[in-house]
Amino acid sequence: MLTFALRLIATLLHAALVFALAPLLMGAVNKFRAWALGRRGPPFLQPYFNLYKHLRKTTLVPETATELFALWPVTAFLATATAALLVPSFCTGLLTAPASDFITLIGLFALARAAAMLGGLETGFGFGGAAAGREALFSVFAEAALLVVILGFALLAHSITINGIAVAFAAGHIGISVSLGFALAALLAVALTETGRIPTDNPAGHLELAMVHEALSLEYSGRFLLLLEYAGMLRLLLWMNLIGTIFLPFGMARADDILSWPLGLILWPLKLGVMAALLALFEISTAKMRVFRVPEFLGAAMLLGILAGIFLFVASRIGT
Amino acid sequence: MTYSLAHLMGGILLLSTFLLLSQRRLAAMITLYQLQALTLAAAAFWQGYAQSEINLYLTGIITLALKGLLLPLALREIVHRFNLRRAVETAMPMALAMLLGVGLIGIAVLVVLPSTMSAVSLTREDLAIALSVVLLGLLVMTTRRNALAQIIGFLSTENGLVLAAIGMPGMPFVAEFSVALLVLLAFLVTGIFLLRIREHFDTLDVTGIEDIERRGR
Repeated sequence: MLTFALRLIATLLHAALVFALAPLLMGAVNKFRAWALGRRGPPFLQPYFNLYKHLRKTTLVPETATELFALWPVTAFLATATAALLVPSFCTGLLTAPASDFITLIGLFALARAAAMLGGLETGFGFGGAAAGREALFSVFAEAALLVVILGFALLAHSITINGIAVAFAAGHIGISVSLGFALAALLAVALTETGRIPTDNPAGHLELAMVHEALSLEYSGRFLLLLEYAGMLRLLLWMNLIGTIFLPFGMARADDILSWPLGLILWPLKLGVMAALLALFEISTAKMRVFRVPEFLGAAMLLGILAGIFLFVASRIGT
Repeated sequence: MTYSLAHLMGGILLLSTFLLLSQRRLAAMITLYQLQALTLAAAAFWQGYAQSEINLYLTGIITLALKGLLLPLALREIVHRFNLRRAVETAMPMALAMLLGVGLIGIAVLVVLPSTMSAVSLTREDLAIALSVVLLGLLVMTTRRNALAQIIGFLSTENGLVLAAIGMPGMPFVAEFSVALLVLLAFLVTGIFLLRIREHFDTLDVTGIEDIERRGR
């Protein structure tokens, strides 16, 4: 009973922290990026101000839009929010742990993406349609790469729930293996694409021809735009949580052991901060690639995932 | 611990070779080659420490000075002097080249594992990695039309050989040393060769030579 209560509290804390801190993380990435470029940058809390601004604005619906116009931002947000609840942040063993299946997660990503794409197509204007087409093109490769990477994790951790993988990796029986390096590279490539960062998309870009994620939300305003932007921030935090849980599982608390919480709660923001700084550094040191080179980039990610699988089979044959 | 660090370095080496295959720009290729050489030097030092073998430290120093610093500098100088900042022409689509690369790694793994059943199990996976690096280097040479890119492929092939050599206890130092010298000589020769190609065709694309060959027949 006590265990259950602790897990419930941990889950609620996890949800509260994730939903509260997602804009701050985005603000931190923007700030670090500005610092690395030698600028002062917007304040850390700027994303909160932006969201508040959207809340006060009138929500306009274009004349050409159908009745489903309002459905897509809500669907995209809900799918992303569900996924954010599933991926552990500071501790393992949340109440959502049994549902945190990797395949479920991919399905939720796909649902959010499909909703955003349909939202872009909704009013029938050119940029939204073009962006939806590009998003569809990228997602074919990104999903394939993710599925291949899971194979590697499943072989290593004997589990395909995020929670199970985190527990297995935190136990430290696995050690360093070549395939983990390959899987990390593949996962990073997919994460950059999914969160719409450079090199596949430019989060700061305002050139409609080159935009993907921003162009999908061009027709939305007010509260719908708030939902879409907040979903984008959640997605960034979600991916950082995912990578942090799998590859930096040290110091993660266990939900049923309250004494381990403080360390987990301290280390989690630190890990996020380091990842935000690395992302900012990476973004300023690379250029956005041409749209038609992105499938190549993601194809390489998929091949890296396959290589991870190959080397795992090698390792298992050596072990016997 | 010995094993996992050596293994990690082998993994980085293989990863950088694979990325080398996927790069179009010469500058990026040279940076990746440098990363590869620096990793190799670290691996040599680590193996020297683990096997307490002074020769491996020498290998490490040679690798660091020659391949980690000198050759990348020379390559960058060539790129700068010949003004080769454009994208490199590839002989086949990148996706195909990378698929072939994965196939080659698979072949390396399949060949090395059964044929070394009697060896110590730990060195086998490293041997598979080394063979993969060699094969990928050869693939880089075949998929590029630019002579400089082909040289980089050749150099990375040699890195794979050295990786195999430092992983095996009891490899004579003379062999490694002569390989290193040979590579330096080959690099000088090809450097002069590049100058000659450039004089004759105003480009480093080797298709010009193929044309002459065809006409000669």
